[in-house]
Amino acid sequence: MSEEIIKDVIIGENEEYIINMGPQHPSTHGVLRFEVCLQGETVKYLIPHIGYIHRGIEKMCEAITYPQIIHLTDRMDYLSAHINNEAVCLCVENALQIEVPERVKYIRTILAELNRIASHQLWWSAFGMDLGALTTFFYGLRDREKILDIFEESFGSRLLHSFIMPGGLMHDVHPNFQKRIKEFIAYFRKKLPEYDQLLTGNIIFQNRSKGIGLMSRETAIAYGVTGPSGRGSGWSCDIRKIAPYSAYDKVQFNEMLETEGDTFARYKVRMREMWESMNILEQLVDNIPEGDYTAKMKPIIKLPVGEYFQRVETARGELAVYIVSDGNKTPYRIKFRTPNFSNLFVMNKITSGYKIADLVAVSGSLDLVIPDIDR
Amino acid sequence: MNSSISKYFSEMFKAIASLWAGMRITGKYFVSPGEIVTQQYPENRATLKMEERFKGEIIMPHDENNLHACTGCGICEMNCPNGSIEIITNRVPNAEGKPERVIDKHIYHLSMCTFCGLCVKTCPSDALAFGQEFEHAVFDRSHLTKVLNQPGSLLRKEAKK
Ligand code: SF4
Ligand code: SF4
Repeated sequence: MSEEIIKDVIIGENEEYIINMGPQHPSTHGVLRFEVCLQGETVKYLIPHIGYIHRGIEKMCEAITYPQIIHLTDRMDYLSAHINNEAVCLCVENALQIEVPERVKYIRTILAELNRIASHQLWWSAFGMDLGALTTFFYGLRDREKILDIFEESFGSRLLHSFIMPGGLMHDVHPNFQKRIKEFIAYFRKKLPEYDQLLTGNIIFQNRSKGIGLMSRETAIAYGVTGPSGRGSGWSCDIRKIAPYSAYDKVQFNEMLETEGDTFARYKVRMREMWESMNILEQLVDNIPEGDYTAKMKPIIKLPVGEYFQRVETARGELAVYIVSDGNKTPYRIKFRTPNFSNLFVMNKITSGYKIADLVAVSGSLDLVIPDIDR
Repeated sequence: MNSSISKYFSEMFKAIASLWAGMRITGKYFVSPGEIVTQQYPENRATLKMEERFKGEIIMPHDENNLHACTGCGICEMNCPNGSIEIITNRVPNAEGKPERVIDKHIYHLSMCTFCGLCVKTCPSDALAFGQEFEHAVFDRSHLTKVLNQPGSLLRKEAKK
C-alpha cells in the first residue's frame, strides 16, 4: 500500500502533469489562469482560462447612451484609458460626420502619447519585477507619478479619466498643462537612460529574455498579435501609421520595429517607443491651436441607422470599435476588438517547448491587461 | 581549450560590469536624500492638498444663507450611467398659488459613483461640483449614501434661468 503511494508521488521523467498558474498569481497582473501541462520542467502546452472578471461591458453598453459608454471603456484597458475613450468618440463622430476642432485633435494626441508613456513605464516596472529585479518597480512608478500628476491637475483623476467626450473634451485642460508636459519631457529624457543601465544591460535579465518565446512574423499575423508585441516580430502594424487619426498625420515619427521576435525584442520595441512618444509630444505641445474644446453637439446623441467602425492604437495594440445603430440613442450592438484578447492566445504557441520559468518572462513581455481580455 | 577558458572569464567580467552599472544607479539614489519622492501620508494630512479639479466626491455647494442652485429638474439623475443619484421632489405652491417643483432630497450613493463627471457637466444650473475629500473609508456601506442638499436649504432664486 505505502509503496503504491510512493509510486504515485514520484513522477517519472516522461510523465505529464498539469498545474494551474493563477487565478491569483502575481505575475499575471490580474485574475487569469493558465492551465499548464508540463513534462518535467518543460511546457508541453498551455490553456488560458479567462472570464474571472467578465463584467459584460458590451452588453451593458446596449442599455446606455453614447456619452455614458465612455466611462465603461476606461475600465477595459485601464492603462490606456484616454485612448479607449478616444476610440468610441472617434467612431461616434465619424457616424455623425462631425469635424472636431483642431485644438481637440492636438490635445487628444498628446493625451494618448502621455498615456502610452505611462503605460510603458508601468509595464517596465512590472516586467523587471517579474524577472526578479524589484528595484525597477520603484523607479518606473516614480517617473509614472509625474504623468499622473499632470492628469490629476487637468482632469481630476489619475487612472480612469473619462475625459474625452463625443465631439470634444469634457472641459478645457488646465492652464499649466503645456508647461508641465515640457517639464516632464526634460525630466524623463534624463531618467530614461537609467532604465537601460538598470535593466537592459543587466546580464541576468538578458539571459532570461534573449531567445525566449520566439514569435515569427507569420505567427504574429495569424494570431493577430498587434502593438509592440507584434512589432517585435517585424510586423508593421501601427495604426497611427497605417490609418492616421486625430493629429497623427501632422507629426513625424517612426514605427518601431524589431525582427528577432523574442522577449527581448518586444522589450526593445517598448523602450524605443517611449523615446518616440516623447518626440511626438515635443512636436505637438507648443503648437496646440487656440479654439473651442468641443464641437457643437446636440444634448441627446442619436446615430443614424448603420454600421460604424474605428480603430486606434493603444499602448498594447489595435483597439477596434464596431457600432451597429438602429437610430436610437443607445447602440443596438457594440463590439470591442481588444488587443490583449488576441495577444493572450498566442501564449500557447510561443511558450511550448520552453521552461516553466520562461512563462513569466513571456507573459510579461506581452504586457497583458486582464480586464481588457474579459471586458 | 584556452579560448573557452578566456571566454568563460570574459563573460564573467562582463556580467560583473553589467551588475555594477545597475548597482551604481541604486547606490547614487541611496546617498542622495534630495531625491526622496515618497510622502509620509497620514502624518502630512495637514499640509496635503489635492489639485483643485480633483474628483473626490459629488457635492452641492451652499452659500452662507444656506441656499443652493438645484431646481430638482432630474437631469443629473437621467445622465448618471449607474443610478448613483436619486432625486425626490415636492410640489409646493409658490407666491401666486401655482404648484412648483422644489427639491426635497438629492440622494447621492458614493458607493456606486464612478466619477465620470456627467452629472456635474450636464446640470443646467451648475448646482453640483466635485469635492476634494478622498478619505472615504467607513464602517458601514450605508454611510456612503448621502443627501446633498442640506436640511432647511432653499433654492437661490437668481440662479434660475
Ligand atoms: S443637481 Fe442640477 S441636474 Fe440635478 S436635479 Fe438639481 S438642478 Fe437638476
Ligand atoms: S459622477 Fe457619474 S457616476 Fe457619479 S453621480 Fe455623477 S453621473 Fe453618476
